[in-house]
Amino acid sequence: MHNAGKKTLRQIGLQLFLLLVTATVLFPIMWIFSLALDSRNIDKPLELTIIPPGASLQAFRKVMVEPFTLLCKDPGNPSTCMTFVRLLGNSMLVAMGTALLAVMLGASAAYAFSRFKFIGRQAGMLAFIVLLMLPSTATLAPLYVLLSQIKIAGEPLRATLIGLMIAYGSGALPFAIWNLKGYFDTVPKELEEAALIDGCNVTQAFFRVILPLSVPSLAVTVLFSFMTGWTEFVMAWTFLEDPSRFTLAMALRSMQGQYSTPWSEFAAMSILMSIPIVVIFFSLQRYMVSGLTVGGVKG
Amino acid sequence: MDIPASVKPVIPQQQKPLSEFRRQLRTSVTAWLYIAPAGLLMTIITLFPQLYQIWMAFTDYNIRNLRFNIFIPESARFAPNVVGIENFIRILNSSLAIENYNFGRLLLFNVVWTVANLIFHVSLGVLIALALNSKDLIGRKIYRALFVLPWAIPGYIAALTWRNMYDDRFGAFNQLLGVINQTFGTSFPTTTRWLLDAQPPIGGILSFLPLAFYCLLITNIWLGWPFMTVVATGALQSIPSELYEAADIDGANPWDKFWNVTVPMIRPAMVPAIMLGTIWTFNNFSVIYFISQGGPFGRTEILVTQAFKLVYEQRLYGVASAFSIVVFLILFVITLINNRITRATEAYNA
Repeated sequence: MHNAGKKTLRQIGLQLFLLLVTATVLFPIMWIFSLALDSRNIDKPLELTIIPPGASLQAFRKVMVEPFTLLCKDPGNPSTCMTFVRLLGNSMLVAMGTALLAVMLGASAAYAFSRFKFIGRQAGMLAFIVLLMLPSTATLAPLYVLLSQIKIAGEPLRATLIGLMIAYGSGALPFAIWNLKGYFDTVPKELEEAALIDGCNVTQAFFRVILPLSVPSLAVTVLFSFMTGWTEFVMAWTFLEDPSRFTLAMALRSMQGQYSTPWSEFAAMSILMSIPIVVIFFSLQRYMVSGLTVGGVKG
Repeated sequence: MDIPASVKPVIPQQQKPLSEFRRQLRTSVTAWLYIAPAGLLMTIITLFPQLYQIWMAFTDYNIRNLRFNIFIPESARFAPNVVGIENFIRILNSSLAIENYNFGRLLLFNVVWTVANLIFHVSLGVLIALALNSKDLIGRKIYRALFVLPWAIPGYIAALTWRNMYDDRFGAFNQLLGVINQTFGTSFPTTTRWLLDAQPPIGGILSFLPLAFYCLLITNIWLGWPFMTVVATGALQSIPSELYEAADIDGANPWDKFWNVTVPMIRPAMVPAIMLGTIWTFNNFSVIYFISQGGPFGRTEILVTQAFKLVYEQRLYGVASAFSIVVFLILFVITLINNRITRATEAYNA
């Protein structure tokens, strides 16, 4: 009896604590929802309500259906303006390209760092960490020059989505390699040795033994690099010229005007942009705990 | 940075000392072939601009020099002048022509910002992970799903949302205080200018921190703890329950169990996470840039936001590059100190 009472008390305490955490987590999210539903397009909700007076989904409709008049090839002709669907397509392309590049090249390099003892190994690992620590504030200018030199079909690589993918992918690689190496280290070597004895070569062992066992950390790496490509806009603004290649993150940024911002639409756009990431997060959640190794410790 | 003990090659080997070197060489070639795609991409896309940045740090590179193109010899007349370590000197003795610029204060603020954040991220992260990991918890799955939200929302969007919440007239915090006043008859001020007030809320040695610092801290705690919770959860789940049972038999109380079983067991996972968190927080651009913009009077500026402003507002690439190098050197020293401290405590726990 005494024990059961103690248990109930403990449960109540835990629930109170976790509900408090939930409230703080949800507060800003509720707030931005309220902003998006507000038909008055004001910059801040005038009172604390989840459903503001005259609530409507107008802002969502406007963002998703109407063209973005600030992002047009020919400002006089609305049919040349970007729409939500086209922006979404570009964002998906860039984010998936970034993720694919980071996970493929990252896994290959991480395998070498995890499984071979070779000349230059320590220096190589150290180089990745150094690159993680060096801020890239002023590197945009040389990267611009560099990517402008490479031409694809007469066009500078810099102004294409492929150029962006390459730039983001390279930026996502240090974390990808570090995280994947940490996970590969935890895969027992005996499994691979058995495969080698069975006649696999090193590459086959990598594809048939290591990779299938490393799904959690591959998933986490894909998620993080996808997020990089999905949300970046500073480089995209500097590099891209043709509005038909613009991304959602750029469109969101363009809505934030110097003097006026359509806040309801901005909030609606923010929510729409967050949804894919949140969905991917939730679907990969079971991998999250084990797949994030941050530096070679078994989770 | 600690590099985990190297793994021996998996290729079965004959023990011939003479061929030892050749074998090692062959392994190295194979290994580097695996690294080549990533290495090549990073050398071109990341390393080249970084080396360029190091070169720029020793020049007076500015907006006029943007027409200089290293690949086109004719553009040499646009090349910047080499000025040696002048940029570094001007950064360190605070003689840059920027408003409210003081290197000592900037560095102090940056370090305090990082330390304060990590203390909260780690302690809250571990505390919540412990709560989520406790036996018979009702609603565990729902909580776990909800608690990744701050992490999953793109940082730029979260920062702008918080910025609006701190608005003095219509922000959520002043409204919330108003609601509390109405409900409980209290009289909290409801017109606080959260991000603009220059009066420090805590005096004495903390008087260099304006109210905006605490606002930024709260925002970044909101953003940062879920990562630590996920890392700590992984570590907690790997603790064998026998250890706790043994501690129970020894008559340990929950406090003892936490310090003598839980902490040493999650330590190996938390240390790299803390180091990564240190680097991320030290260079956390978006929270500061999008919420306080370094204000009031540049008092919440950190090194990277200052460098960013040098590039995008004044086009002083040379000085900004020097800033990046200074940031790197400071981070390097912090990492070394971090490593030292964690190694020293390792011996204690073992």
